[in-house]
Amino acid sequence: MMSTLLDVQNLWVRFPTRNGVFDAVRGVSFTLGRERLGIVGESGSGKSMTGRAILRLIRSPGIVEADQISLEGQDLMKLSEKDMRAVRGQRISMVMQDPKFSLNPVMTIGDQIIEAYRLHNSASKADAYNKSLEMLEAVSIRDAERVMRAYPHEMSGGMGQRIMIAMMLIPNPEILIADEPTSALDVSVQRQVLDIMDKLVKERGMGLIFISHDLNLVADFCDRVLIMYSGRIVEVCDADKLHEAKHPYTRGLLNSLPRLDAPRERLEVLERDPQWSEAPSVSGSE
Amino acid sequence: MAETQTMREWLLAETPTSRRHAKISALYQGWLSFRSNTMAMIGLGILVLLVFIAAAAPLLSPHDPFVQDLGNRLAPLGTDGHIFGTDSLGRDILSRLIYGARITLYIVALVALIAPIAGLLVGTVSGYVGGWTDTVLMRITDIFLAFPRLVLALAFVAALGAGIENAVLAISLTAWPPYARIARAETLTIRSSDFISAIKLQGAGPLRIITKHIWPLCISSLIVRVTLDMAGIILAAAGLGFLGLGAQPPSPEWGAMISEGRRFILDYWWVATMPGLAIFTVSLAFNLLGDGLRDVLDPKAGE
Amino acid sequence: MNMLEVAGLNVWFGKNRDRVDAVKGATFDVGQGESFGLVGESGSGKSTILRAITGLAPNWSGTMTLGGKPIGKKRPKEFFKTVQMVFQDPYASLHPRHSVDQVLGETLHLHGFKDIDARVVKLLDDVGLGQKFRFRYPHQLSGGQRQRVAIARALAPEPELLLLDEPTSALDVSVQAEILNLLADLRNDRGLTYLMVSHDLSVVGHMCDRLAVMKDGEIVEILDVVALRAMDATHAYSRQLLEASL
Ligand SMILES: Nc1ncnc2c1ncn2[C@@H]1O[C@H](COP(=O)(O)OP(=O)(O)OP(=O)(O)O)[C@@H](O)[C@H]1O
Ligand SMILES: Nc1ncnc2c1ncn2[C@@H]1O[C@H](COP(=O)(O)OP(=O)(O)OP(=O)(O)O)[C@@H](O)[C@H]1O
Ligand SMILES: [Mg+2]
Ligand SMILES: [Mg+2]
Repeated sequence: MMSTLLDVQNLWVRFPTRNGVFDAVRGVSFTLGRERLGIVGESGSGKSMTGRAILRLIRSPGIVEADQISLEGQDLMKLSEKDMRAVRGQRISMVMQDPKFSLNPVMTIGDQIIEAYRLHNSASKADAYNKSLEMLEAVSIRDAERVMRAYPHEMSGGMGQRIMIAMMLIPNPEILIADEPTSALDVSVQRQVLDIMDKLVKERGMGLIFISHDLNLVADFCDRVLIMYSGRIVEVCDADKLHEAKHPYTRGLLNSLPRLDAPRERLEVLERDPQWSEAPSVSGSE
Repeated sequence: MAETQTMREWLLAETPTSRRHAKISALYQGWLSFRSNTMAMIGLGILVLLVFIAAAAPLLSPHDPFVQDLGNRLAPLGTDGHIFGTDSLGRDILSRLIYGARITLYIVALVALIAPIAGLLVGTVSGYVGGWTDTVLMRITDIFLAFPRLVLALAFVAALGAGIENAVLAISLTAWPPYARIARAETLTIRSSDFISAIKLQGAGPLRIITKHIWPLCISSLIVRVTLDMAGIILAAAGLGFLGLGAQPPSPEWGAMISEGRRFILDYWWVATMPGLAIFTVSLAFNLLGDGLRDVLDPKAGE
Repeated sequence: MNMLEVAGLNVWFGKNRDRVDAVKGATFDVGQGESFGLVGESGSGKSTILRAITGLAPNWSGTMTLGGKPIGKKRPKEFFKTVQMVFQDPYASLHPRHSVDQVLGETLHLHGFKDIDARVVKLLDDVGLGQKFRFRYPHQLSGGQRQRVAIARALAPEPELLLLDEPTSALDVSVQAEILNLLADLRNDRGLTYLMVSHDLSVVGHMCDRLAVMKDGEIVEILDVVALRAMDATHAYSRQLLEASL
């Protein structure tokens, strides 16, 4: 049995609105060991909110409630905002969904990476510069020296994503939450980025939460998968068994993928059943 | 009751039926979220009161603010007929404060019009056009920024002559550079975004892009900044008045009143303190309002 | 006749040591009514080609012709009546303070249409959004709904050539299916020509007739979809892409 890094029990994320309270995440429970845990689901199913809630990064007026979110026995729900800040970045990092929004648009990429590096390591400017170059090359950015001098808007969609990943790996976290980290990457670069994460999980025993809407990718890369629908977990399965999943929602998602080997006139569109959102959440604990 | 209920529903409709309906509904929702901020409502309340007092000054003030009564000078607080006492020439301090509200509002309104608009123009043009234009405009801005505000204002007033209009002009001239900086920084981040590219693809020219697409995004942060700065501007105007370079006696400008009262501050503290309190209250009100507006207007906090 | 011909296109940014040659000698053509795909490595210059065609990347050399007429350095207004683009990121391509109605209304106004109200209604129906969404702001829309608005905006001037920059990469699979179906329907109904960028070979395989594979600023291979399905690629990088996509 693997050691448990993170144990989330009965997590709720609520948004009070003028038309009543909207529950974005409804009683989700799961555990994370030193493994690659995938979270998939359609847009708006609460994947990002689950990730952000773990770091208590839900913007007001949103409210996070949970029986516990324990990081190696320490309940994050009970920490003060100050202690929480030490957890964020140091022990748990998150790659946000929208890289261009997370980077400072008027600061060069190099300055931002160097600043992040020196925040976590006492290093001279020159060391930090070299280290940052290495980081960029590790995520297969070609002309890293130019990129260091460039501004975020001069990056292609996929380069922005890779820069965010490089920055999040700097503090050497125990847990990495990656929110759609490779959605703009082609398969070959994607492979390289995934290999980096994979290495961290295997060699350093990092725990990885991998949020994605790409089912094939998750089936391929992760160990276990949680499938979310309207704020709940509807199914949990081993990643290599994802293609045999039983829940009609998961099946629907799988069927809506275009396939090279089986061309079709029209793609199937998901037919939603109101009952799916009523069924109680499945526990994702090991 | 039923009538108001449907009105409310109409205002909060999920799917507005016309362009006008949508606008009104958006305004109403903004107002609702502003209203839930108690501190901001207090600020707004004070300012509305100030406007009311200024408008109704002749009706509200118990005495003529200019009439001297040397026999009754420096009367203490609570004297019969002079709740806030009288000043060194025997004028009723309450009445002077009430009339002073007009001057304060005048200054605030003018500065609030001139400085941010100048800053917005310079900043957005500089940020959007870039190149030489940017360099030149930003160097000019830097020169203005390099001087302490009051010193620069003093120099302007000295050159233009003392008086309330010149004081306003001087303050505006010293107040715009930070706004230009903010507007430029915002423009730089907006300029390269996809939605600007998208409107270029519809054949829109620079004028349209700046006024219709960039300004709406800069204005909200400017409004917040201006309201937060208003306290400083009132103080600067008061400072100029205090130094004898703003409003001229016998005008009941609050800063000038403090300046007059300063001579007796130890024995007759209220003469300087009452206008000081007035300045403090109004500045605070602007700060509270600014904080509330930030919550409503700032797109990053919203979403 | 070909809708679009691009020959020896070079695009670069910056100067001196910061110069990037984002596209080097790209040559391809897109036939009338065809759907042409651009796939390739991240950062290989796919978006840049589209931006160069629309004039958003000012530094370019080579020749581009649209419907037989050469494209000059400055695009006249009529150009944008023929060519429109849908951007990569639906979260960034709508003005955060403009409602759907404003976005479409302004576009129609800029193209000189008079019956704006009726057209806004029709456009929304065409992309399957309906009147409910007319007065919403972008933050009240999901990613897929935003992308529909962006498509409606691109359709507003009734263009013939639509440039699609990864129209579904930021969307989940069920929405991706809806958008791809929508695009296929629109092409059938209006005889549109598509130039579509994607990094997902299965999406390109589903949507396109032919495709070009890019790597490091260059087009390394042009394939048709039959060859793609038969895994008939010659260049090493295309083979690698294909193998990784299965
Ligand atoms: N500030 C807010 N107020 C109200 N509802 C919100 C707010 N922020 C997010 N939500 C809602 O929370 C739900 C979950 O959002 P979340 O971002 O977690 O979705 P997601 O699964 O990550 O989707 P995607 O794949 O599109 O990123 C959505 O339905 C969204 O509309
Ligand atoms: N405005 C710009 N200034 C400088 N360099 C730029 C600019 N825009 C793009 N580039 C550079 O051009 C190259 C190609 O970028 P492009 O956006 O075309 O890639 P892409 O093929 O679309 O990649 P992705 O799949 O990641 O979106 C990149 O190296 C990028 O850094
Ligand atoms: Mg998300
Ligand atoms: Mg791109």
